[in-house]
Amino acid sequence: MIKVGVLELQGNFSMHHKILQNIGIKSVAVKKSSQLIGIDGLVIPGGESTTMSLLIQTFNMYESLVDFGQSHPVLGTCAGLILMSKTTDDKRIKPLGLVDIHIQRNAYGRQIESRTEKIKFNFSNQYQLVLPATIIRAPIIKEMNRNLKVIGIYDNRPVAILSGHHLCLSFHPELNGINIFHRVLFDKECKVYYKNINEHYVA
Amino acid sequence: MSKGTFDVKVGLAEMLKGGVIMDVTNSDQAKIAEDAGACAVMALERIPSDIRRDGGISRMSDPEMINGIQNAVTIPVMAKCRIGHFAEAQVLETLEIDFIDESEVLTPADEHNHIWKHNFKVPFVCGCRDLGEALRRISEGAAMIRTKGEAGSGNIVEAVRHMRTVMNGIKRITQLDEEELVAESKSIGAPLSLIQQVSKLGKLPVPNFAAGGIATPADASLMMQLGAESVFVGSGIFKSDDPKARAKAVVEATTHFEDPKIIAKASTGLKKAMKGLDMSEIPQEERLQERGW
Repeated sequence: MIKVGVLELQGNFSMHHKILQNIGIKSVAVKKSSQLIGIDGLVIPGGESTTMSLLIQTFNMYESLVDFGQSHPVLGTCAGLILMSKTTDDKRIKPLGLVDIHIQRNAYGRQIESRTEKIKFNFSNQYQLVLPATIIRAPIIKEMNRNLKVIGIYDNRPVAILSGHHLCLSFHPELNGINIFHRVLFDKECKVYYKNINEHYVA
Repeated sequence: MSKGTFDVKVGLAEMLKGGVIMDVTNSDQAKIAEDAGACAVMALERIPSDIRRDGGISRMSDPEMINGIQNAVTIPVMAKCRIGHFAEAQVLETLEIDFIDESEVLTPADEHNHIWKHNFKVPFVCGCRDLGEALRRISEGAAMIRTKGEAGSGNIVEAVRHMRTVMNGIKRITQLDEEELVAESKSIGAPLSLIQQVSKLGKLPVPNFAAGGIATPADASLMMQLGAESVFVGSGIFKSDDPKARAKAVVEATTHFEDPKIIAKASTGLKKAMKGLDMSEIPQEERLQERGW
């Protein structure tokens, strides 16, 4: 059985544990670099990216998260997406540089602009789903490498991007109890498992 | 598109878990809090210990001061309105505050009614001392619950009492039969539908945070181990002798609340914590937790 870690420095980690357990994946907390050993993938949850970036550095996790991410599947939602990016508009954040995108934080505005929206997701030509997507003080992907696979678009911006073994989302599937994105990355039996749908994937 | 739904409100509360929300009275303090790793700040004119000292009527903060703090930081900004004062809440919503605290720290505006929070698009947090009070606030639309504790006391004893009382209330109703839940609903004064939900979930349907008297990294750890999902620190940071270091230490302790070695390290070399008050020094009629029902 595969084991997936959830980064528990700050944020909405508990709901990711619930989603992973619901799809039969063992989930464990990651608060220290040593806890990255023996896990098969990682979820970086939503929360405050300034807080999470600071704690990554305070607890000396930066290098080990980059190393882990280069060789393992990583799913990031909202603040997790910000941390996985190459660059952001906020110089206080030290992103892990896993995905070739540039991020603008809090791009939709304050909480009053947070919303749930129906979005069509294009996992493959044969597999598309319309799902509710909840964005909470969300970032936008301002620029991206054109070779990355865009799975979902909202308001003319990509909101779900697959880059090799990295999946980043600007919304929160865990808040709506949606597990397909976790399955894409961590469930080999899923018919849209990332290795099957990523044209540019090199094993 | 749906904005301001209950799920979207609770969504922000979920994002604030595992973190520290700090009281700040100006933009410099807000920046210190953010740089120390706070996941949100609470903008207010006077921190609770000063409200307690100065007396008088305590009201919603000046919008100019709130705007200053909103412009100084990128983390969510919360602000307080008086219990029952829905006009103050309307002003805070217009200012696009991220979370409104309908708070016993301010002087209550209505002795009988709390705000009907479902009317707002902005989420609310409310204090409680027991499960019945928590569920009454949730039924009115609160998207986050916190213990009341005793604000501005620097004394953790009341927050512990309130968190234990809420958690015991939850444990109790998970053991009750369906017919007993009806009687429980009557006895604790909370809607049956929420009692049934808590009985099934084994937890509150919204995030459950701790507040009121947290002053040290170990206090934060204690509240998290008792079941809090985040902590509010009011007077504890900026009434101490070393706000920057203490703020950072409380953040680290909240993340690693179950690791005493990290709490020990975070607690090392901090200057004096706020002085604090024994509960016997606070007359019953001056206890902020008695406000609201």
